[in-house]
Amino acid sequence: MPDNRLITVADALREAMDIALARDDNVLLMGEGVVDPKGIFGTTTGLVDKYGDERVIEMPVAENGFTGMAIGAALMGCRPVVVHQRVDFSLLSVEQLFNNAAKTFYVTGGGHTVPMVVRMIIGRGWGQGPAHSQALETLFALVPGLKVVLPTTAREAKGQLLAAIEDDNPVIMVEHRWVHYARGEVPEGYYTVPLDGPRRVREGNAATIVATSYMLLEAMRAADALEDVGIDCEVFDLAVLRPFRPEAIIESVRRTGRLLVVDTGFRLFGAGAELVAAVAEGAFDKLVEPPRRLGLPEHPTPSSRALLTNYYPSATMIVDAVAELTRAHSHRLSERRAALAEMLATLPVDVPNPTFQGPF
Amino acid sequence: MSALATQPIFREALDPFPDLVAAYRAMLRIRMIEEAIVEHYPEQEMRCPVHLSIGQEAVPVGVCTNLRNTDQATTSHRCHAHYLAKGGDLRRMMAEIYGKAAGCCGGRGGSMHLFDSDAGMLLSLPIVASSVPIAVGAGLALKRRGGDGVAVAFLGDAATEEGVFHESMNLAMLRQLPVLFVVENNLYSVYTPLAARQPERPLINLALAHSMPAEHGDGNDVVAVHAITARAIERARAGGGPSFLVFDTYRWREHCGPNYDNDIGYRTNDEFMAWRELCPIDRAKRRIREERLLSAEQESRLRRDIEQEIADAIAFAREAPFPAPDSAGARVYA
Repeated sequence: MPDNRLITVADALREAMDIALARDDNVLLMGEGVVDPKGIFGTTTGLVDKYGDERVIEMPVAENGFTGMAIGAALMGCRPVVVHQRVDFSLLSVEQLFNNAAKTFYVTGGGHTVPMVVRMIIGRGWGQGPAHSQALETLFALVPGLKVVLPTTAREAKGQLLAAIEDDNPVIMVEHRWVHYARGEVPEGYYTVPLDGPRRVREGNAATIVATSYMLLEAMRAADALEDVGIDCEVFDLAVLRPFRPEAIIESVRRTGRLLVVDTGFRLFGAGAELVAAVAEGAFDKLVEPPRRLGLPEHPTPSSRALLTNYYPSATMIVDAVAELTRAHSHRLSERRAALAEMLATLPVDVPNPTFQGPF
Repeated sequence: MSALATQPIFREALDPFPDLVAAYRAMLRIRMIEEAIVEHYPEQEMRCPVHLSIGQEAVPVGVCTNLRNTDQATTSHRCHAHYLAKGGDLRRMMAEIYGKAAGCCGGRGGSMHLFDSDAGMLLSLPIVASSVPIAVGAGLALKRRGGDGVAVAFLGDAATEEGVFHESMNLAMLRQLPVLFVVENNLYSVYTPLAARQPERPLINLALAHSMPAEHGDGNDVVAVHAITARAIERARAGGGPSFLVFDTYRWREHCGPNYDNDIGYRTNDEFMAWRELCPIDRAKRRIREERLLSAEQESRLRRDIEQEIADAIAFAREAPFPAPDSAGARVYA
């Protein structure tokens, strides 16, 4: 049997949960729909049959209540994993997360730990609309005491979820619904991926691109196109927002002199804002162009796909931003960009991109 | 209206109280500790909010005399009495109020975050009803352990207005968890009376929505509180699930701080005096005298011992060092 298989992020997350439940009897899985036939987009399917409804626990529609319950159980030695099918649902539980999950280790001077994971999923497309597609990872990253992880690639997603469950801190895992479809090579069995900062996924010297969550997939597509015309970008997956560890990115920008941040969430007050600040503090003397940010515009997510035409950053927009940062204006670049734009035009804006295969 | 709405569902006679003197001593100790806080607060050395339970001591003591150290309790901002009744360390409580490193939270929580893991005082949280689902989670963990431990959520009447309270009741009943929801109904949320916040109906009717066993009692009678709680705990330990208990009582002093505030206009002095007559400690003391459970000499020795303990705790707290300023950023993550 091969060590690595090509599986989706959704399957990788399910595999991680299965392994965690098998390894530690204190691990619990709870949420609205964790035992239902759809199994949180396939990420929890079958687990109740294997581990029983005392460990894989269907929840009433009471997000703040069951989040508080999970915190109480965590204080008593359980390791609950809470799942919300949309980030937006978790807003009802922010009181428990901000006041209690994030602060109890600190307030008790280390007397209590809160080992829990909260998975939440960003929706996109098929008319999800304004309250089913919010990318609010920086809201959670605002609060010291929470860790915030954005699993994006299959190998890492599996190892990050296992690491999050073993972590003695509350870990928020923000998954993009479209990332669930991305395939990658995933090792069999147990392993962890440390929750310790951004991950360099591509080396280059022309510019530094930092992307969060699904935008990493767009950034990689853009980097492929740019590489074809001799522009080698360094690409980072900003996989861990908290703890915030910008050192590797600052080092990269000190080499490239150019920074582009591509946010899955809002452009303003997004991860890009913090990163540009960190780079300004740590690489100001090496910047040859002002840093640039891409992200969502200043309005809620509309439902109609017509209104989404210019809403989400795309690989083409990333190519354009890098071209401006590097002042590259070749005929070859224009041709390559046109080919990319033509390919993207064949893809609906409102369903997950079927061409993405990975791995990287 | 169903019988449950207006009558206790427990029909048995009240159990005889096991140790009235111990309960009296526990209430008196809480009263004397909080009166010491009143005395020292104007010195401006206890620089955090204090929410005193003076007048409400019978509920914490009546409940906690049924509990073991391994049982878990959560409470609100008004947490001193629960912490003390559950067995929380007095020195660490006073040091916390003084902001010292030896405090139970090392000076990070103040008076509203008291906890003591050795005593099963799991957590105090100052957001109304925020600690209620925490107790449900403790109940879930205790049930998973397979023993007969119980979790108690202490809450005030205002907490029953919060959504998360109702979510917690539903969760506890759905999963038949060993949890007691103990409401100390002191009739006010800060300055706003219950009648301005909730419709006219018995508070225990809230349990009807969840088919949860419920009982209403005199929160200034430690014997009644103990007996009502004993039955609920016995059922919880036997796997019979949660209970909802409502005890009426009265906060003597201001919502936050050491003073009386009957003069500012939200309640009358007559109302206060009527409740003052129902002092839970005086009532227990009368019964102790009637039954000759304590001689005058024993009584004064008991007081002297408590006075000495309090003086020692306050001296300890005052003399204890502050936490190092540069430690403020430590232990954010485990």
